[in-house]
Amino acid sequence: MLRAALPLLLLALSGAVAAEEPTQEPGALGEPSPGLALFRWQWHEVEAPYLVALWILVASLAKIVFHLSRKVTSLVPESCLLILLGLVLGGIVLAVAKKAEYQLEPGTFFLFLLPPIVLDSGYFMPSRLFFDNLGAILTYAVVGTLWNAFTTGAALWGLQQAGFVASRVQAGLLDFLLFGSLISAVDPVAVLAVFEEVHVNETLFIIVFGESLLNDAVTVVLYKVCNSFVEMGPANVQATDYLKGVASLFVVSLGGAAVGFVFAFLLALTTRFTKRVRIIEPLLVFLLAYAAYLTAEMASLSAILSVTMCGLGCKKYVEANISHKSRTAVKYTMKTLASCAETVIFMLLGISAVDSSKWAWDSGLVLGTLIFILFFRALGVVLQTWVLNQFRLVPLDKIDQVVMSYGGLRGAVAFALVILLDRTKVPAKDYFVATTIVVVFFTVIVQGLTIKPLVKWLKVKRSEHHKPTLNQELHEHTFDHILAAVEDVVGHHGYHYWRDRWEQFDKKYLSQLLMRRSAYRIRDQIWDVYYRLNIRDAISFVDQGGHVLSSTGLTLPSMPSRNSVAETSVTNLLRESGSGACLDLQVIDTVRSGRDREDAAMHHLLCGGLYKPRRRYKASCSRHFISEDAQERQDKEVFQQNMKRRLESFKSTKHNICFTKSKPRSHKAGRKKASQVFFLGPQKDGVANAEAINGKPPRDLGFQDTAAVILTVESEEEEEDSESSETEKEDDEGIIFVARATSEVLQEGKVSGSLELCPSPRVIPPSPTCAEKELPWKSGQGDLAVYVSSETTKIVPVDMQMGWNQSISSLESLASPPCTQPTTLTHLPPRHLVAEEPQTLLDLSSDPRPSFAFPPSLAKAGRSRSESSADIPQQQELQPLMGHKDNTHLSPGTATSHWCINFNRGGRL
Amino acid sequence: MVNKRPCYCYLFPFGLGHSGVHNPLEAGQSPADLQQIGALAVNPLGDRIVDSFFPDGNHRVDFPGFVRVLAHFRPVDEEDPGMRDPKQPEPLNSRTNKLRFAFQLYDLDRDGKISRQEMLQVLRLMVGVQVTEEQLESIADRTVQEADEDGDGAVSFLEFTKSLEKMNIEQKMSIRVLK
Repeated sequence: MLRAALPLLLLALSGAVAAEEPTQEPGALGEPSPGLALFRWQWHEVEAPYLVALWILVASLAKIVFHLSRKVTSLVPESCLLILLGLVLGGIVLAVAKKAEYQLEPGTFFLFLLPPIVLDSGYFMPSRLFFDNLGAILTYAVVGTLWNAFTTGAALWGLQQAGFVASRVQAGLLDFLLFGSLISAVDPVAVLAVFEEVHVNETLFIIVFGESLLNDAVTVVLYKVCNSFVEMGPANVQATDYLKGVASLFVVSLGGAAVGFVFAFLLALTTRFTKRVRIIEPLLVFLLAYAAYLTAEMASLSAILSVTMCGLGCKKYVEANISHKSRTAVKYTMKTLASCAETVIFMLLGISAVDSSKWAWDSGLVLGTLIFILFFRALGVVLQTWVLNQFRLVPLDKIDQVVMSYGGLRGAVAFALVILLDRTKVPAKDYFVATTIVVVFFTVIVQGLTIKPLVKWLKVKRSEHHKPTLNQELHEHTFDHILAAVEDVVGHHGYHYWRDRWEQFDKKYLSQLLMRRSAYRIRDQIWDVYYRLNIRDAISFVDQGGHVLSSTGLTLPSMPSRNSVAETSVTNLLRESGSGACLDLQVIDTVRSGRDREDAAMHHLLCGGLYKPRRRYKASCSRHFISEDAQERQDKEVFQQNMKRRLESFKSTKHNICFTKSKPRSHKAGRKKASQVFFLGPQKDGVANAEAINGKPPRDLGFQDTAAVILTVESEEEEEDSESSETEKEDDEGIIFVARATSEVLQEGKVSGSLELCPSPRVIPPSPTCAEKELPWKSGQGDLAVYVSSETTKIVPVDMQMGWNQSISSLESLASPPCTQPTTLTHLPPRHLVAEEPQTLLDLSSDPRPSFAFPPSLAKAGRSRSESSADIPQQQELQPLMGHKDNTHLSPGTATSHWCINFNRGGRL
Repeated sequence: MVNKRPCYCYLFPFGLGHSGVHNPLEAGQSPADLQQIGALAVNPLGDRIVDSFFPDGNHRVDFPGFVRVLAHFRPVDEEDPGMRDPKQPEPLNSRTNKLRFAFQLYDLDRDGKISRQEMLQVLRLMVGVQVTEEQLESIADRTVQEADEDGDGAVSFLEFTKSLEKMNIEQKMSIRVLK
């Protein structure tokens, strides 16, 4: 910003040195002493940049202050506040310096303040939406602006002829037309500033905003033509000049757009080769875009159009080519520059208005202009919309038209243009300046203030922001292809046909030429959405996972001393799963025996202790998917850690599985079976039932799948996927961790030492289920039953209350349905393991799916654990991820998948 | 089968689309004829869309059938009394029917569900060559899972509709000239 802003204010302040007398005094004092000065005050050398920086600082601080109060900014657009602030500051400067200074100079405005704003809007323009509505936008921009200029100019002239304008306003028809041309253009800066806060629906926004950008060409041409006519004198204008004027419209607009596209092409091509010098990527974007602007300006083409097209055209390729960080840098720099420029523009507008030497007031002219621009804008919109609606698929309704008419804000472009007028050629300049200021202030302040309530009152369709989903993206592409194909079949070369053509061309040639080979894939939109969803999920998981882990870590050490495992687990549960935990809490408290507690504490201690060394492992894995900085590395580490742990746990799960089988069978095979059957009973799947009855629950598949995923990770992306999936699972695991561990401990203590055989303590969280959960049942003790599944409690806290009670009362009977569920889940049949593993491996190696399944739900779960309401969180917490996953492939063991599904349903009960 | 005049009169009340370059009815009405239309060859869904003109495995389509398919893409006219009248059968260009048309492009085996395999096939057609098979599979998995609400690992029409409920189908599946 400074780079651009320095020269800017230099210009702005070139005449303003004298005004800074008070600040200069110290410098004046220091100068006379000839000897070596200890302290020298060199204000003059830094004055200009210093002032620029100061102004920007003031503007930014003002912005901060405005946004301190949400109420104010929600009611009043920022642009209004800034203009008012400018008025105040201008008044102060005027009072102090006795002279108006720091005005908005046209040169500054056009060369430094405007480009960043336009580049920002062009670059971030939703291109699909823009081209979908290009017809309407062009109509409003070209026809609308011409209409406004001529009608306003002519009407004002008529007003003057009718005697409503004072005779001291010396202006002929051409002068009025000139004025009309500069006052008629809707201003992109003002529109953007106001509409960004209003959030009307995208179509409406893109039409008004696109118009404001594209009408620049018309404005420039009209202004230049009229200006030169005025300078030539009306008498000397020949017929050919009019023709030239019309021709120049095409030259200026098409030429401007062409310059923009050429630079967009260059920019895209350049960024293709920046792989080794990532650091200059953002700079290139700005430099070439600015070059496009200056080139167009130099050739007196439409500079705004040029830079808009440059941004619009290059974005796709540039974004694909430059690195992730450069993308962020470009985005932020662009937004910062634009917002700075906008702020300064509005503030300087306010300041400029204070200078009364520049303008002269004429009520008739001012009022007439205000009325005419509003009236003709509305009339023009209605007429054009009527024509457009004959051709539009979705007609613009009355409300849209009202908003479009009312949203025709005038702004700094008009002001800068009117300042540029030559007073010797346009004697009425001062009046025009005053009128322009009033018009700009009126539109920005009055209309800006009222448009929000108006939009609300008219119930204009608002834009609804929803996250992109893969389905929507995919189906949207499908629709596009369908429509293109149908247009082909029908033989009508309409919009879809040409869009399809263009896409083919782009895919075949342009993208090949302008995109890095490696980047090419990433630009596939479906893949892109998928990728972004993954990233988002991953981040949310890491956020959650980090929290869970740390909480466990924190609580673990304290446990032994406090001798209250229940408490810790409860706190954890509370954190993780609000209401559900409470239920559990009471139960746990009542149930615990001292010895259990000790065991649990010990177990936790071990877990905690063993957990840390694991951490170091992560460093050894490398993931190149995202380049690393501190934050990213952290994320990465969490990922990897989670993955590792997952892996570990899965391996151990298998061990456990073996265990489990043997254990239940030897001890209470019959019982277990019974419970399983019971559990399955309510579900629909005959197959599953049969399987269960056979005593070979295929449940373990889930675990194995996941394990397989981890093991087979190869490509980077895959890795990423699986990692994220790991995290998710990890997350669940983390949530359940303490509770489970506790129960595990209990089991260990009571039942047998079998669990100790497990290779790693980590085993416990994922796998322990079998042992843990069964044990309570088998042992037949009421208190234990409570522990049976912390998962269950968490998942279905309220709903399951009845189930709980039942189970507690009938503990001995083994027939408590809800509790059994988790148990069944974890039983891993040996047969399946062996038989299906290879196949599943193949199938699942590429199956990162779990990661996607849970992200949103997880996030939800993290924030508000109202599990009773949300199905998905429940599922995930049940840790049926694996089971869930099963469903999705057309897996070899359909029965298995059914099983899993059933399980989920049961969980929801 | 049908003389082409009425067709175009019906399709193009404004006299627009008579480009004459690709004239399907002149070319004939069998799938192969439609497939000859140049641009359809590069359309990833071209074959499927052509197939959708030939329901029930027919190899010919007569003019009414042809128009019936095209009718799916008529813009929805809210003032059209036919749209409002509950007694009338749902018009072909209703939202549901538009969606069903798209759905059938996915659902090759016509079992009323988009399975993971079917999703994968569509993705394979639509996603660029640079994406590996595994990645495609993961996308397919996720896509199915995203829409799959009852957990059967496939997307039923209801779920399909639901996943698109925020989208303006009436607009995205309409061609203006068919008005």
